[in-house]
Amino acid sequence: MNFWDMGGYAAYVWPAYGVSALGLGLAVLWTLKAYGAAKARLKALEERKT
Amino acid sequence: MQLLFRYANPHAFMRLSGALLPFTAAATILLIAIGLYLGFTVPPDYQQGMTVTMMFVHVPAATMAELAYGVIAVASFFSLVWRHPLSDVAARAAAPYGALFTALGLITGSLWGRPMWGTWWQWDGRLTSFLLLLFVYLGYMALWNAIEDETRAARAAAILGLVGAVNIPIIKFSVDWWTTLHQGESIISGKLAPVFLWPLLVMMAGYAFLFVTLWMIAIRTEILSRKARTLMLGGP
Repeated sequence: MNFWDMGGYAAYVWPAYGVSALGLGLAVLWTLKAYGAAKARLKALEERKT
Repeated sequence: MQLLFRYANPHAFMRLSGALLPFTAAATILLIAIGLYLGFTVPPDYQQGMTVTMMFVHVPAATMAELAYGVIAVASFFSLVWRHPLSDVAARAAAPYGALFTALGLITGSLWGRPMWGTWWQWDGRLTSFLLLLFVYLGYMALWNAIEDETRAARAAAILGLVGAVNIPIIKFSVDWWTTLHQGESIISGKLAPVFLWPLLVMMAGYAFLFVTLWMIAIRTEILSRKARTLMLGGP
């Protein structure tokens, strides 16, 4: 059996994995970006205060 | 309970989560990698063929959607009873991930349903109550953003968080209470063959660690943001 063919169900299996990877990947990026921005903002405020 | 309150302190949480994050992140990567390998090497199911591999992304997403709501409900309860500010932060931080897992559960379920049931969607108990969960998540997040005063927003969101929890047992038992296309519970009852069960459990653990990792980072982000807002207002 061809792996990529998924027994004739490739049109359903790969989009399911694709949308999961995309959704979770974007969540990771968004979370890290927001954390980095919050850290940088606090650092700038603390430096301005001292 | 005392231990819980000790770590529910923002400073203690920052220290504890800082120490835990490398391990939860590593566990996420490792478990999902192993789960994907195991999932893609299963034999075709005698009824479902290779569509069975969709179970390894659909079931973990759907399970985490419900567990994330459980987190919101418990944190909301703590917030209403003990007025602990970190409870509000924890509940709010879990919502976007819960909404994402719910959306992924719906999309992957629809993709699995089309070849197996012959339809993308059916207005039955399980699918409809799960769609309702997405709306509860969206409403919860909208409520937080709609009220400017943080204390009032937290109180209103906590009430919605608790009320919305009624939907969780409805989702769980919908397959027993009503006629549905969706299959019944098959993990705890032992109906799932071990060859499918193990990849599923590994993927579920991977998704759980992913949620915990992202949730902890989101809580840290909110703690830092609140500290920045206090500084801007001339606080300590």
